[in-house]
Amino acid sequence: MLRDEEGVVPLAGATDLYVGLNFGTLEPRRFVNLWGLAPLRRIALRGGTLSIGALATYTAMIRSRQVQRRLPMLAQAAREVGGMQIQNRGTLGGNIANASPAGDTLPVLAAAEATVVLRSTSGERRVPFAGFYTGYRESLRRPDELITAVEVGTVEGAQWFRKVGTRAAQAISKVVMAAVRSPAPRIALGSVAPTVIRLSRTERALADGAGIDDAAGIAESEIQPIDDLRSTAGYRRRVVSNLLRRFWSDTAPG
Amino acid sequence: MRITLNGAPRDLACHPAARLLDVLREECGLTGTKEGCGEGECGACTVLIDGAAVCSCLVPAAQVSGASITTIEGLGDDHPLPRAFMDEVGAQCGICTPGMIMTAVTLGSRPSLARIRVALAGNLCRCTGYEAIYRAIRKP
Repeated sequence: MLRDEEGVVPLAGATDLYVGLNFGTLEPRRFVNLWGLAPLRRIALRGGTLSIGALATYTAMIRSRQVQRRLPMLAQAAREVGGMQIQNRGTLGGNIANASPAGDTLPVLAAAEATVVLRSTSGERRVPFAGFYTGYRESLRRPDELITAVEVGTVEGAQWFRKVGTRAAQAISKVVMAAVRSPAPRIALGSVAPTVIRLSRTERALADGAGIDDAAGIAESEIQPIDDLRSTAGYRRRVVSNLLRRFWSDTAPG
Repeated sequence: MRITLNGAPRDLACHPAARLLDVLREECGLTGTKEGCGEGECGACTVLIDGAAVCSCLVPAAQVSGASITTIEGLGDDHPLPRAFMDEVGAQCGICTPGMIMTAVTLGSRPSLARIRVALAGNLCRCTGYEAIYRAIRKP
C-alpha cells in the first residue's frame, strides 16, 4: 500500500498524528494502521546488539530489563515523554518517523550511534542514525518504507540524559541532551537545530583533553537555537552550556 | 468491529479512523468520558484499553478491535475510588474526575504519593489543587 498509493501515512500510537488531525493542522488523509503488527513490538538482545522494534511503546521501553541494562538513557527519556497515557501508546518508530527536532529519544539514539532498520517491498536496509535526518523533518526513509526496528550495539561509558522543559511531564523540550562519558565522549542535543545533532567538535576537544570551559565555548558554535513558542535562542544557549557542565561533573570518575 | 466494553461484547459501526472518545460518547452513549483538550494533554478522556490508561482522544477506533475497554461507567457502583473522591471532595466541577479515577485505577491499592504524582502527571485539574485528589486515591 505504501508503495502503490501516494500520501498514505503509517499510523502507530497516533499520539502526534491525531493531535494534528484533531486540531485541523493535519489534512485528513489515508492512514495505514500498524498497531497490530506484533513482531514489530519485540525488544531483544541478539549477541551484543539490542534490537528494539519500531512499535515498542515508551512504557515497554521503560519496563524492559534489556533496555534498563543496556541503554538506561533510553528508559529515562521514555519516562519523560508526555504522561502515562501517552507512554502507553507512543512508539519509538513514531518518535523517529515524526522527525521532530525535539524528539526525546532522538539524542539518545544519536549518542548511542544506533542503526535504523527500514523495510519495503523491495527489501530491508540499515541506515546509521547519524545520517538519518537530512533536514528539518526530513529523513532518508522513503515513502514506501516502514521503520521496523532500531539496533544499538554496546555503549561504552556512563550514559547521561536530561530534558529541560516547562514542567517535568507533558512538555516538549526547550533543550534535550543525551551523552556518554568515555575517553571518546558523545554529546547529542535536540531542540537546538533543525534536527538532532552531535557536537562532534566539542566531543573531539574533550577527547583531546580540553577543559569543560573551552568545550562549552566550542559547543556554542555547534548549535543553532532559535526563538520559538517554547523558548528563546539565548535561553537555549545558556541551558546547553549548563547541561554540558552538569554532564561533565555528574559523570566525572571518582 | 468487535470490542469488549465494560465487560460486555459490543460491535461498533463507526468509521475506523474515528476517535475512540467520540465512539464511546456518541455511538455507545457513555458520556462519562470527557473531552478536555483533544490533544492528549489533559487526561480528561482517559479510559483503559486492556488495563492500560490511554487518552481516548488520540486512539483510532480501528486500533481497539478485539480489545477490552473500561470506562468510568464500567467501575460499577461499589468501586471504592468514586466513593473516596466523594468523601474527600476530590471533585469540584467534575470534568477531570472520570479521567483521574481511570488513571488511578491502574495504581492498584495503597500507592505511594510519589507514584500517584507520576501516574497523574497526564491528568490536569483546574479546580482542586490536586491535594484532595491525592487523598482520595490514598484512602485505604
